[in-house]
Amino acid sequence: MAEAKSARAGTRVERPLSPHLQVYRPLVNMVMSILHRITGAALYFGALLFAWWLIAAASGPDYFRFVNDLMGSLLGRLVLVGFSWALIHHAVGGIRHFIWDTGRGYDLKTVDLMSWGTIVLSVGLTAALWLVAVAVK
Amino acid sequence: MSANTNTRMRTPLKNVRRLGSAKEGADHFWKQRMTGVANLVLAIFVVFIVVSLAGADHATVKAALKSPLVSLPILLLVVSAMIHMRLGMQTIIEDYVHNEGPKIALLMLNTFFTIAVGAASTLAVLKLTFGG
Repeated sequence: MAEAKSARAGTRVERPLSPHLQVYRPLVNMVMSILHRITGAALYFGALLFAWWLIAAASGPDYFRFVNDLMGSLLGRLVLVGFSWALIHHAVGGIRHFIWDTGRGYDLKTVDLMSWGTIVLSVGLTAALWLVAVAVK
Repeated sequence: MSANTNTRMRTPLKNVRRLGSAKEGADHFWKQRMTGVANLVLAIFVVFIVVSLAGADHATVKAALKSPLVSLPILLLVVSAMIHMRLGMQTIIEDYVHNEGPKIALLMLNTFFTIAVGAASTLAVLKLTFGG
């Protein structure tokens, strides 16, 4: 074989690769899988926002007002909508993983149903949260 | 060397490199699940607290955090979330960073970051709870 001969000669050869990510049509469970990781990573840095809010409250009225105004601004609210969606999406995705951890829900129909359920629930719950938040203010 | 006498699932080279079993098999997996369950329950409380305090003035927030019913769920979530975050980011780093130097540096940074954010948040809550 050509590869084996070249390898023995000590040269690197282009080996045939198995089909890679980009050749597959994105499926909902693939998208939910990577979204779980992306939202997790986003929350990792989003935790800084929550810490900042707590630290501002502990710092005193003036600095707290400054941070409150910043987070209440249009851009601030946009970031917080993203933060809350990431949190809810990661939580709902986590529940899906807990179900899988029990050994259930591995047939394709259930995988598809739970994957679509994750995105529908996360968007729906985020919208509901903000509607309630705006309504009570 | 006879393969039959070596019953361990570890080659002598792995043994020398100290890459054998660290007797922690499912530890990472289990802690990620435990903190995940804790986060799920605690985050529901904390989201409720944050929404009810959103936009409130300093005096209101300060008074709210004097109550252990408010500060305790926040403190518990901070601890649980930082452990969860550290384990999750560790997996991401190990998946994508293959050069030994940067990998070890990032794993250390990951630990420092989560402990720093956790400690700062905890200190802020304690100051609000016990401060004058």
